[in-house]
Formats: sequence, C-alpha cells, structure tokens
Amino acid sequence: MRDLRDETIPQNGSGVNRRDFLRGSGAAVAVTALATSEQGAVAQDAKKSVRTAEPQDITLNVNGKDHKVKVENRVTLLDTLRDDLNLTGCKDVCDTTNCGACTVLIDGKVTYACTRLAVECVGKKVVTVESLAANDPVVAGFVKHDALQCGFCTPGFVMATKAFCDKNPGATLDQVRKGLGGNICRCGTYVGITACAMELVKKGGK
Amino acid sequence: MATEVKVAWGPRKDNKFIGKDVPRLDGAEKATGAAKYSADVNPKGCLYAKLLTFKGGHGKVKSLDLSAALKVPGVKAVHAFVKVGDEVSWDGAMIAAVAAERQEQAEDGVRAIVFAFDAMEHFVDEDDLAGATKLHDLRTSELQKTFPDDIQKLLAKKKDDLTDDEKKKLDPFQKQLDGVSRIKPLGDNTQGDIAAALKSAAVVHKGYYGIATISHMCLEPHGSCCEMDGGNKLTANLSTQNVSGTAGQFAAPLGLDAADVTVLCNYIGGGFGSKFAAGDWGVAAAKMAKETGRPVRLMLDRATELKIAGTRPSGFADITIAADKDGKIVAWDSHHWGSSGEMKGGTIALNQFPYVFDFENRNRKATGLMTNSGPNQAWRAPPHPQLCALTDTAIDDIAAKLGKSAVDVFLANIDRTPEKLQRTYVAEIKRAAELIGWAKKWHPHGKGKDGPVKHGLGMAIHKWGGGAGKGTCRLKVHPDGTVESFSGTQDLGTGTRTAIAMVIAETLGLQLSDIKVRIGSSAYPASGGSGGSTTIGGVAGPNRRAACEVLGKVFDLVAEKHKVDAATLAAKDSKIWSNGKEVCSWKQACSLVGNMALEVQGEGPKNDGLTTVDVGGCQMADVAVDTETGIVRINQFVAIQDCGLVVDHMTAKSQVYGSMIMGIAYALSEEQILDNKTGRYINADLENYKLPRIGDIGELIVEMYQPDSEYERGIVGLGEPPVISCGAAISNAVANAIGVRVPTIPLTPKRVLDALKAAKA
Repeated sequence: MRDLRDETIPQNGSGVNRRDFLRGSGAAVAVTALATSEQGAVAQDAKKSVRTAEPQDITLNVNGKDHKVKVENRVTLLDTLRDDLNLTGCKDVCDTTNCGACTVLIDGKVTYACTRLAVECVGKKVVTVESLAANDPVVAGFVKHDALQCGFCTPGFVMATKAFCDKNPGATLDQVRKGLGGNICRCGTYVGITACAMELVKKGGK
Repeated sequence: MATEVKVAWGPRKDNKFIGKDVPRLDGAEKATGAAKYSADVNPKGCLYAKLLTFKGGHGKVKSLDLSAALKVPGVKAVHAFVKVGDEVSWDGAMIAAVAAERQEQAEDGVRAIVFAFDAMEHFVDEDDLAGATKLHDLRTSELQKTFPDDIQKLLAKKKDDLTDDEKKKLDPFQKQLDGVSRIKPLGDNTQGDIAAALKSAAVVHKGYYGIATISHMCLEPHGSCCEMDGGNKLTANLSTQNVSGTAGQFAAPLGLDAADVTVLCNYIGGGFGSKFAAGDWGVAAAKMAKETGRPVRLMLDRATELKIAGTRPSGFADITIAADKDGKIVAWDSHHWGSSGEMKGGTIALNQFPYVFDFENRNRKATGLMTNSGPNQAWRAPPHPQLCALTDTAIDDIAAKLGKSAVDVFLANIDRTPEKLQRTYVAEIKRAAELIGWAKKWHPHGKGKDGPVKHGLGMAIHKWGGGAGKGTCRLKVHPDGTVESFSGTQDLGTGTRTAIAMVIAETLGLQLSDIKVRIGSSAYPASGGSGGSTTIGGVAGPNRRAACEVLGKVFDLVAEKHKVDAATLAAKDSKIWSNGKEVCSWKQACSLVGNMALEVQGEGPKNDGLTTVDVGGCQMADVAVDTETGIVRINQFVAIQDCGLVVDHMTAKSQVYGSMIMGIAYALSEEQILDNKTGRYINADLENYKLPRIGDIGELIVEMYQPDSEYERGIVGLGEPPVISCGAAISNAVANAIGVRVPTIPLTPKRVLDALKAAKA
C-alpha cells in the first residue's frame, strides 16, 4: 500500500527512502537506529551504505510449520505471508501501522505484520488467522454477533480480539474498548465486535 | 400448466427465517481469512504492479520515460496513463504503472521512471466562494484581453442575442475561458413570496453551514488481478459492486469480445458507491496481463485510494430561514456551493434543496466550484447526507431562536414532508425521543448545567427511495434435493448471500444449509450493481419468484406420483404436506425430477408486492462537548429506521449500526484536507485521515420500525438511509450543548474551539 516517492526524506537535495534504507542497513540495526537516532543523520548514514542485497533463503515458522522462502532483507513479513506463502488472511491496508488489518501473533505477542521484516522473524513462531478453525470461539463469536460486514478488517480484528481476550479475562467494557483500539473498521462493525469480546472475557477469554 | 404457488410473502407469523436474526452464512469464511478478495488472488506466476502518481495540484507533463524502469531486475511490463504535453489536474492522478515479479521490484521500477512536469495554477479551497469568484474574474478577464476585438464584443453581448454563426465563432474562445474558469452557476429557482414571508415572520435566522469532502476509503483498495487465457480471453478478479456491469469496460480497450471477459468478485472489501467501474487501473492491469501473458495484480496504494478512487462532494451554504411563533417555517432562502472535484464545477443537486421539507416560500441557488481535486463517486445515499447536514441544522437553529425544542419544530412542519412518509416520521420521531429520553434531558441551546463539559441533544430526519434493482437469477433443484441459485450479484457486506438463502429456504420449506448460493461472477445471470440500496430487493424478488415456480413443478410431480391434488400441497420442514398430512420428504419429491436438475429463471423487479419504495428514518444524538479541548463524545445515538419487510433482522441492524458509525466518522473526524499552497491532499493516509475506533462511538441504539403495515408493503432497500441524518443530528446536539453552531462538519476540536471563540468575540 505504499505511496511511492512520498516516502523520500529530502536531505541536501538528495534523498533515501525507507526501503532502500532498510535494504542497506540490515534489519536489526535499522529498527534500533530508527528508534534511537535523528532521522536525518540516520538517512545520511544509510545513503552511504546503500547496496543491493541479494535475496536470501530463510525459514519461517508459521502456524506450526516451517516454510522456506527466498526474500530480500527489505521485504516485510506481511508481503511474505501474502505473496510467498499465500496466507492472505492478513490484509495489506495502510502500511503505516495504523489499522491493524495485518495483525498476527509473533511468539504470542500481537503484532502488525507490516512492521516486521520477514528476516526478523526467523526463529520465531508466527501465528496467522488461518490457524483458526470455524468453530474457534473468537471466530464463532464474530459470526454470532455479526461482528463483520465486508470482512476485510475482520481477520485482523479476530487476531487482536483473540490476543486481548486470552490475556485479559474479566476485562471491563472500557478495557475492551481500549484494548481493541489498534484496529480500524470502515463498515462500522464495532458494536458486534464489542459484544463478542465482552462475551469472551466473561467466559475467561477462551 | 404447472401448479401456481402464490408469490406474495406469506403471513408474518408463519415465517421461519424472514424477519428473524440469522447470522451471515459467509461469516466464518471471512473471519478465518479463507475468503479470497481481489487483493488476495494470487495465481501462479502473478506479477505485482505499482503506480507512479502525480504529486502536485495541477501540471503539464514535461517528460516521461519508462525505459529505465524496464531495466530494473524483475520488471516485466510498464504502462503509461499520460503522455508528454498532457495536463494532470489533481494530486494523485496516475502517471504510470510497473509490473514486476515482486512488489519491491515493482517499487524499484517506479523509482526508476523519469517524470517531470511544469506546474500550473491550481485552486483547491472548496469552501472559498469569494476566492474562487475573484480568481475566476481575474483569469477570465486576463484571457479575454488577449482575444481579438470582435470576439470581445461578442462576449459582451447577451447569449440569447447571438446568431448561430456568432455562437460558432465564439465557441473555441468560450472553451478557453472555461479552461481557466473556477465557478459555474448551477441555477436558481423560487416558489411563493419570500420577501412577504420574511416580513411577516416571528423570527428570522441567517446562518452559514458546511460539510467537507470525504473519501470512500475502502479498506480493500480499488483494483484487480487480471489473467489472460490464450491471448483472447480475460478473467478479471475485480473489486467491484457491479459484477454484471463491468466486463464491457475491459473488452473495448483491450480489443476483446465482451463475451470473452469474465468478471469475478466473490468478496469485496468495501465499496460504499465507489466501485462501479473497471477503472483505468483495471484496464492497465489487463493490458499488462495481455502483454506479458502473466496474471497481473494492481491494487491502488492507500494514498492513491484516498486521492482518486472516490470522494463525496462538499457543500457550503448561506441560509436564511424564518418561522412563525408556533415554529411553522414560513420562508427558506439558500445559496449553496461546493465541489465535486475533477475541475467539473459540480456540487449538491439544486432541486433537492431544502431536504425532505418543501416550504411554501422558498428560494434556492447553487454554484459549483472548479477545484483541482480527485473525482467524486456516489457515496452512500448521494447527496442526501450533505443535503440533510445543510437543511436540518438550519431548522434546528430556527427552533433554538424560538426557544423551542427541535422535536416540536420538526413535528410542527411534518405537513411539508412527502405525504406518504408523514405518519412514519411522526411515529419514528416519538419513538426516538422516548429511547433517548428527550423530554427529561432536553434544555434550550446552551442552557445546560455549569462546568466545562456540556451535554446536548439533537435530531434529524431523512428519506430514501430504495426500490428493487433489476436482476435475474437461475434456480436449480437437483435430484438429491439440494438447491442452487446463480446470479451475477455481489455481497458488499450487506449479507446478499444470506438473504438469498433465507428467501429460498423460506419458500421451499428447507434449511439454510440446503441452499447453495452462487454469486460474484459475470458468467451468472445478470443482476444489477449494488447502488441506491437496491440489492436485497433486487435479489429477493427474482429468487422468490423462481422458488415459487420450481415448487409448483415439484408439487406436480408429487401429485402425480402420490395421487393427491397439487393445489392442496405445501412445503415445510423439508417435507411435502397435503392438507396438513405428510406426503413425502423434500428429497423423495426431488428424486422424481429424473437425472437432470429442474431449472427455472427468476426475474425482477415486478409489480407484484414483493418489493416497494420509499423510507423515512429519524436519528437523535446525545453528546458531551468539552469546551476546553473542543472534543465531542457521543453518549447515546438512537436510530429508528423503516425499510418495509425486513429479510434478515440481524444484518439489517448491522447496516444501521454501520451507517451510524460511518456517520460519526464524517460528523466528527474524517475529511479530505487539501492544501491550497501545494494543491495536495495532505492527509491521505490512515494516520491523518481520522476514523473512529472502537472506543469512539458511545452507545448506539437501533430499532427497526416494524409495525405490520411495514411488513405488508414488501422489501425496501436499507443500506443507505441510516447514514443520512448522522451529521445533522450530531451537529444539532453539539449546538444544543454549547449554544453555538459549529458551522462546518466534521466538528473537529479546532472547529469547536473556533466557534466558541467567535461567539465570545
């Protein structure tokens, strides 16, 4: 969903974009550097070190199975799941970590798949919405409370709801509203989602 | 001749499915990620396409070279949407597309494109009528001065006095003038005597009102995955609300026969009125697929989706409204303007103003502004939300000026609403008032309790047509008793599949699981696009008629085999009954059809009582406004909605909830923000294009208005009407809370604080 060229950071008449930057710096470094340094300085350093990275063979553990994929460092977990593994339950909606449509669990932690590079997830356990059966309590709850319309935000909301309810049995309405605030629905299914989550947390989350 | 089974809906009390709460049948598929949307179609060898778009307000293409993109590793095809010398007139306009083996390679390809443009003058301030007029006068007079003297003289003449020859001579010059124009008069008309009415009125109020442009912002962006089969057949997995109407849009530009194009859309991630066409992006994907012999997926990126894939036009108005001492409105005088983008100079239709009410003395005028902004598309109930936001706010202000409750003033003027809706409005207003506790909570505008957080109530009413769309279906009853329904319709999230299955199961006395609903392919019998709230009526009618016809045929077979009178037969609980006595099971009955399935065609709409038109609807909001921060919170929001016969009560209510949440979005936070310095859409992402989240909606209360008289009038569409009143109801509640009108919707914290500040000054 990237709007190209808008991601360019102007710097002394030239620029470097996020993807080139990540490609040049190596994933782990990039993530820490972004979090700790001045954007301009990082961009300058990155520009010096930009090089074409060859795709590399990695193994991702998704839904309990190992999958071998060949991807460049700069490829997100989201694109890898969708394009390489055909796990299209997580959706590509904003790519700016705002909407939660690509929510997955990484080592049990609820995560936007667009914020992780595939190479970062080597050795971790990734769980996507495809791991849930139709009789999963969260899935069944969404259907029962009609917590979906077009359904495009739904898999992300299901994963967020699952993670929240598992960790917060007995949560209050206010806590549910805050806890599920990381996802966006355009059709307006929040009433059903709230009812579903409240029922799940009352039952102890499972 | 086959036995005739009565098509009319059966008695309400006998229904097993119709009108009940039935969870949608494709819910689990969607919730587990199994449902494949166009954006998820991932055939072997698929290429992924990315776009280069225009980043500016207005320009002329100076250079465009795609050759460097083709040299980027992985890039297989490029497509140019413009050529050197073309004008691009709004931010986000498509320049070129690149298809590659991987998404990141397509992005590299886009970056390699050489593109430059000469900037041209732009104007994007949609509410600035004075600015647009000034610019218009300046540019047209500058241009006129360069015309030959005889042309200038002709331009000075009245249009009616021009001869045909003179008109012909003037034509190219007029076109040049139109090219630099910024305003377009869209007419005016009057009924009654405004001046006299204003003179005799007890109160007169003059106000300025506005509602900003918003984007459709479908979560699944516009786009498709296109695949050629053998060079002359195309399958387009298109994200569309118009499955049966889009094949031809691919065929012509690709030089294919329409019969060789199949459009598929099993699931669509939001449309809201913006997904009726294949789009230039769809054609580009198909062309690159044809060129490469590979499937090509092109979905718009988020920013481009917001900028060019559909917006709802803005509206701004100067309104004078007058009433007598009892609250009867005696005069309405309005001038409204706004923009529908694309430099077209459109705004909200003149003749629907004022909304719902038609006052005896009324004057109206409209002016379109020509702005460098992306194309508008039909947005849920066009253009009723804007009409309502500009009309019901003015009515609320005149009520406030009289010191009267809005409920009393709306009721006092119900005789000026369409006659067939008047009784419904009265019942709905009274019920909504009960549910929100209007009588207990209401206070005059700005006269609530002390303290920085002010509470207020507001209301609005709306109307919509919602007649059944045109559609056909094919129904097959297999020898094993399973039933299949085929139609080229689509499920936007409204529950089309579920409604079809419910209608057939109800008619044939079967379980929902016995019915296989096949939709989402242009290869199936044609069914109308989902717009205007026409779908449920549009599919329920043909399927009911077909099911009745096929049931008659089954009855004939049963009558012959079991030696009973076919006219005595009924289908219920998966069995066939004669005068209350079981004859055989549905499966046994179907085994009589032989090897081949029974197949019938259903059509609609027909004038047989299954469907009808026209709904009303009333909404009331209870809000809290923090006068220190400008933040508006919804406490309670009530909607009472009629829609004739309700097919699925659960998904119907979901439509109303969804509308109200979309309404809260455009009432309080979402808008397209265009920057007149750069001409650009500066909040085209989900960080800055503000949508409500799960904690931002307060308590929503929905009640379907369902006396027997509603059931008896048949199905009317529902998807659109409940989104109409939200802006006005919430704005009125805010005005009631703080005693000041915040003129422009959405009521962002800044607008609320500005209005409070202006009132103090």
